[in-house]
Parts: sequence; structure tokens; C-alpha cells
Amino acid sequence: MKPFADLLERLLYTQGRNAKIVVLADYFATRPNPERGFALAAIAGKLDFPGAKPAILRALVATRTDPELFALSYDYVGDLAEAIALIWPKAATEAPPELPDVVATLRTTPRDAIPALIATWLDTSDVSTRIALIKLITGGLRVGASLRLAKLALAQRFEVDVDHIEEIWYGLEPPYQPLFDWLEGHIARPAPGTAPVFRPPMLAHPIGDSDRAGLDWSNYRAEWKWDGIRVQLVATPSGKRLYSRSADDISATFPEIIAAMDFAAVLDGELLVIRDGIIAPFADLQQRLNRKTVTAKRRADYPVGVRLYDMLFDGAEDLRALPFDTRRARLDSWFATTQPARMDLSPQIPFHTEADLAALRDAARDEGIEGLMLKSRTSLYLAGRPKGHWWKWKRDPLSLDCVLMYAQRGHGKRSSFYSDYTFGVWTGEGKLVPIGKAYSGYTDAELLILDKWIRTHTVATYGPVREVEQGIVLEIGFDAAQRSTRHKSGIALRFPRILRLRSDKPAAEADTLATAARLIGAERSSPMDQMSPTDQMKMSQ
Amino acid sequence: MAPHPETWLQPRPEGLYCIPGGFFIDATRAVDRAIITHGHADHARSGHQHVLASAETLAIMRARLGEGRAGVTQQALAPGEMLRIGAVDVSLVPAGHVLGSCQVVMSYQGSRAVVSGDYKRHTDPTCAAFVPVACDVFVTEATFGLPVFRHPATGKEIAKLLHSMAIFPDRPHLIGAYGLGKSQRMIALLRAVGYDAPIYLHGALAKLCDLYVELGVPLGDIRSATVADKSSLRGAVVIAPPSAVADRWARRLEDPVVAVASGWMRVRQRAKASGVELPLIISDHADWDELLKTAEDVQAPEIWVTHGNEAALIYQLGKLGRRGRALSLIGYGEDADDT
Ligand SMILES: [Zn+2]
Ligand SMILES: [Zn+2]
Repeated sequence: MKPFADLLERLLYTQGRNAKIVVLADYFATRPNPERGFALAAIAGKLDFPGAKPAILRALVATRTDPELFALSYDYVGDLAEAIALIWPKAATEAPPELPDVVATLRTTPRDAIPALIATWLDTSDVSTRIALIKLITGGLRVGASLRLAKLALAQRFEVDVDHIEEIWYGLEPPYQPLFDWLEGHIARPAPGTAPVFRPPMLAHPIGDSDRAGLDWSNYRAEWKWDGIRVQLVATPSGKRLYSRSADDISATFPEIIAAMDFAAVLDGELLVIRDGIIAPFADLQQRLNRKTVTAKRRADYPVGVRLYDMLFDGAEDLRALPFDTRRARLDSWFATTQPARMDLSPQIPFHTEADLAALRDAARDEGIEGLMLKSRTSLYLAGRPKGHWWKWKRDPLSLDCVLMYAQRGHGKRSSFYSDYTFGVWTGEGKLVPIGKAYSGYTDAELLILDKWIRTHTVATYGPVREVEQGIVLEIGFDAAQRSTRHKSGIALRFPRILRLRSDKPAAEADTLATAARLIGAERSSPMDQMSPTDQMKMSQ
Repeated sequence: MAPHPETWLQPRPEGLYCIPGGFFIDATRAVDRAIITHGHADHARSGHQHVLASAETLAIMRARLGEGRAGVTQQALAPGEMLRIGAVDVSLVPAGHVLGSCQVVMSYQGSRAVVSGDYKRHTDPTCAAFVPVACDVFVTEATFGLPVFRHPATGKEIAKLLHSMAIFPDRPHLIGAYGLGKSQRMIALLRAVGYDAPIYLHGALAKLCDLYVELGVPLGDIRSATVADKSSLRGAVVIAPPSAVADRWARRLEDPVVAVASGWMRVRQRAKASGVELPLIISDHADWDELLKTAEDVQAPEIWVTHGNEAALIYQLGKLGRRGRALSLIGYGEDADDT
């Protein structure tokens, strides 16, 4: 248990994605089976136990420590599991239980015997192991790394393609012995079988001016780029799953889609909130994201559907090695005969020249459209982002000139820079009201200038936050402005990022709240760096 | 009958004052006569007339404060030596906190008080170990006066650092450590496990590290991080004051693993809030168990607590049959780096 507890502790403090992969890879490479398999299960959220209530722990700690001292300690530490782990009498000899034993014992121990069991374990464990044990037993174990990162670590350490792990993942169960046996070269790769596994999606490149100039337009099909989240629908005789683009299983979040998947196929499409055939703003879809369960009311208020644009499997037949036009024809005829509920087809847009498309792209004002997709007629369905097959041609971003108000240090490589910015616009009364935060978009040179300026123009500090003089104008680009009751300004910007530093512009000439309000409802394109988990789900095509 | 120490040792705004000796201990403002327990900024202030301390503490004060500002006259007292000041017998006894740190032992008409300054009981290769002296009143700090603070063995923490260096062989490991005591202890602990590569230092640490070496604490190959080129810092250990770790100074390092060596790293939220990637729980202050063990060892019926988390400590001392008293002296432990 101790090496696993140490892993959890290290992940808790490690910030960068690459650093987390290194930490995970080291763990998987050095720990034996089945311990590492159970650790992987913990990361996958598959180590669930009936769970002891915090009250049991409080009662337990009262038998070993002075209540007055515990109260003072808990008050200081703030976290129950940690306070108990720290105050518990020191182990005479440290011999913490092993993770596989903990898992096996917890599965067979009756509830009323749990407190005594915990006490025995705490008596022989170090602090980090105690914390991990208590969190495991109370169902509060959180791992500071996603399952995807763990898979990437395995792929990197054992030199296999991560997609090959993804393909077999759902056929595996903890503690994943066949997976490790294959990774170490002892056996052939386990067959994916008919398990409803995720298939790595094909992604598009943003198209630049020079790309467009060299394009043979006659070889391309055009579709709208929808402003939802990219999903993969997988239905096989052994199960149905809905996956996000990053392989997260979001079936439980969208049960009505799963219910509508009364077929055997693997489909690619965009998940959208659609009311009477009209796509609702992305903010509506956000009301449905990142929820483990969903109420009937929420389902009714935010009805979802999938707009389909590609077909990977028809029944057991793999279509990925067929050209795009052929796959699309298969999708069309499959759709005509199957008539699945809650789904429609993303139409293809007829055009002759680049100019036709450019005009359509500029004229598109619908909430649900981010721009255009261009797909080569002959493109096979290739995993990843192969160049020259699929292009995305987004609309230009919206922008506002805002005044820098607060700054905070960044994380990881940027932890010594004031690199996180809160900015605002002027109200009618001539006051600044914060309208958003941005962490990206500036050049290294601009970052240096901003950092230096912030250090010398701070007017107040609130913990890690510096309030600065109203003297710097930032041109902020964003995809959309939406009404928001959670923001003081009443407006929320989507994907705000810094387009440039407007050192030419005095703060008084920055934009006003009224100007910002006029942009509500307009939607534009975005780069894919710097995203929240919700934003990441949003990453489509 | 011997007079109770509270009749002759008093907390005053300037610090603890010994009436029959006419001196302050670790005075927080300039006074005529001061005895200094150790060289940390909150204990060794500038501007006193007469300063009495261990020879090492005096040397540290001169290095830190400048020749003229570490007392107009300086007097060194060797550990164990007795000196009569006024009507009081004074001696200095090692406190185990940093190089030169001493407890002040005062005997007056058969009553004895010991002021510990800051101290610890964990072993430290860079300074003499704490020596318990039986007394009527023991004056202690309580920086870590909560039962959640129990520092692990330093070996565990150094092993954590070495493991990180093994899995990130190309990233420099930047350790935030207080300039006096902690930095040198970190270096010595690394040397003790056979790490003999150059260790790079922030400019602010150079003077004190050199002084430690001069005073007989070997630190091996130490170099300036400021003049070193980026490539030589790859995979190296770099030590800087905690304030520099999160500052622009750290930019010279490429993708460093940021570690901080401090007793505060024991509590995750505090460690997380400081933004470290590798918290090292290494402290130069007594933890909960050491505070209680020391109270036991010195057999003092009464314990005065100068500063820190005194509530829990005084409560627990009471349960153990000792009278605890909070002096709540202002001005100590303000420099949170000193942990
Ligand atoms: Zn000190
Ligand atoms: Zn101190």
C-alpha cells in the first residue's frame, strides 16, 4: 500500500501532464502484479467499497486520542482523513498492508468489523499510507491523474501504441493481469472481441491561408462544423457506450442517447442540445456535461441529440479502411433503414469554389455553427490527426479591448510569472467590471512585459492575487459571449485568450460593458490550448 | 527558599529580561545587554550594545548583519563555561537548532531557568545536539505545537528527493530552504548518503555556507547557481531561499522540480498552497513529540511558551502535571522561512 500511497501523494503535487506521466510510468514499471493492477483500477474509479461513514472514523479516533487535541488538530488541518492520519499514535514498527491484501480484505470484511480493521492498519502505517487507506475506505479516494494519462504512461513505458490499449480496455477487469502480461511481451494482445470499446477518432487540422491556396477543392466535401461535443456511439451485441473524443465514457450522463442506440454500429457525430430542430447555445449543453447522473427535469429542459457524420463499423464490419464517400453512402443508407431516435445526419454542403464556401462561412450566424469542415472524398478513417485529409475552417474570433485588473502567478513552468489575468470593461458609471480571465495567447515577450509591469504597478494584494493599476489594455479574443448570472458583469466569455497587448491604447479607451453585451449570441472559433475539463469535452473534430 | 523564576525573569516588550543579570535574551529591539541564542533574524537583531553568544553565533551575526551592527562589544561564551553576570550564573548549552544555537541556562539564588531559543531533538550533522538541563522553569517555543506535527526521519525525506532525481534525471531539483541552518543541513544530509555532485547555491546562501565550512562543517563541492550555465544545472540540485523559489530568480532553471524543505510541508493543504511539486518535511524545530519529551527530560514543573501553537501544548502539559504559561512574545517566528 505504501508505494501506491506515495504515488498518490506525488500525483497530488505534480502539476504538468508530462511529469504525471513520468511518475505513473515509474510506478507501473517498478511495482509487481497484482498491486499495479489495483492501482490502475483505482485510477479508473473501479475500486469502490461499501464505504465506512466519517462518523465511524471520528468514533475510532476518539478511542485513541484526546478529543480536545483532536478538535484543535482537525480545525488546523481541515481534512478529516488527513487529521486522523497525522494525529494517530506513531507506529512502533511500520509494516503497512499491501494494496492487494487491502482490496481482498475489504471485500470480505463485514461492515461492523471495519473499524477494528482500520485501527490495525493505521497502527502499522506511515502517514501517507494512512491517508490513502482512510480515503479508500470512506470512498473518498481521488487520484490526481486521469485514466487516459495512466494509459499514456503504460504506452510510453512499454512502448506500445496507446490506441491499442484503448481498443482492448473495456474487455479487461481489475487487476488487469492480461494487460500487463501483454505489455511485458509474455502473451499476444488480448482480443477486443465484441466489447463496446472506444476507437481512436480521426481529427482535423485547422486550415491556414497557404493550405487553402494549395487545395484541390474538387476533391473535398464540406459540412458545417457544429458547436457541440464530438462523440463516438458504440453499440455491439455486448453493450452500448457513448464516448467523448478523449475516450471518457459519458454514457451515464446521456442515458437517452444510450436508450436510442438500438442497433449495432460505431458512429461518429456531434452531441448537441436541440429543441424543435434548432441547436441551442453551447451554454445549454454545458448544463448537461460533467454530471454522473441526470434528473428527468434536466433531461427535459436540455434535450440532446446526435448529428451523425461518419460510420466506423456497420454491425461487425469495419468500414475504416473505406474512402470517405463510401463510408458516407453506407451511413446514409444505414440511417434510412434504421431511423434511430434522437439522431439526424449532418448534411453535406454543395459548393463549386472556395469563394462559395468563404461566403457561407462568413454569413453563418447560427448559434450552433463554429465554421466549416472540409473532408477529402478519398480519406480513409485514420486515427489521430493525419495531415491533408480533414480540415477545419473556423470563423474568426470575436474580440474586445479590456483593461487588466488582477494578476496571479501561473502553474508549472510559469509559476514564477504573473501569467493568469483577470480583465474588465467599463460600466456606464465609468467603473471597471471584471468580464473574464485568460491564461494564454500572449507571446513570451508579452508575458515578460506584463510580468514586469504587474510587479511594479501593484496597488493591493489579496493572498496570491495582485490588483494592478488600470493602465494596461489587452485585446481579448473569445468564441462567444453568453449571458451569465454567475458573473458580476452578467456576461461570460467562452475561451477567452489574449490576442495582443494594446500598448498603443489608453485604458480609458477600452471597450464598455454595453459593447460587450452586443456580442452576446455571436459565436466564433477557438484554439485548443488552455482548457477546462468542460472545454476539453467540448473539443470537437 | 529559592525565588520563583517569575520574580526575576520577565517578559517585556523588548523580549525576556533577566532582572538580577540586567540582560535581555533574544531582544527584538536594540538594548544595552543581550544574550543571543542563535543567529536567525527573529532572534539576533542588530544594534545591541553588548552581545553575548556562542562564538559561532557571533560569527553568523557578523556575517548576516555586518561587522559593526552585531553588537558594539561582543563576548563569546564556550558551551558549558560558567559566567557570572550581576547576581546570575549564566552558561550556554547546545540547542540542536542550527550551528552555534544554544540554550541560555540561568541560576539565581538556587533557582534555575532555561531559555531554549529554538531547538530540535532530531539529529543534525551540522550542529551540536540538544542537551537537556534540569530546571525550575523551561522556556520553549511551540512552532509545531500540535499533535499533527511529527516530523518523519530525515532519511525518508532524502530518499524521496533522490527518487525524484532518479525519475526526472534531466530536471534540476530546486530546493527552497532557509539560508541559515536548513540549507547547510540539506547539503550535509545529501553528502551523508553519498551524493557528491556539485550543489548549486543562490547568491544569498553563499556567505553562510562558506562560514559553515570555515567553522568546520564540510559541505563538499558547492558552487554558485547564478554564474552556472543552464546546461550544467540540468539534473542538478539547486538550493535557494524559499522566497526566491517562486520568484524571478528561478527562471534561470529549465523546468525545475520545485521542492521546499520545511516542517510546514507536513500538512497537504499548506504544501499545496505553496505550489511545491516535492514537499520535504525537514524541520529545525521540535515537533510535538520532541516538545513533550523535552518537557519530560528537563523535569521542569513549569513550562513557558514564547511563541507558536501554544494552546494545544499548554493543554497537554497540564494533563502531564506541568504548568504551562503562554508568554505570547511578539516578534518571533515572524519569518516563516525559519522552520
Ligand atoms: Zn531559529
Ligand atoms: Zn525562531
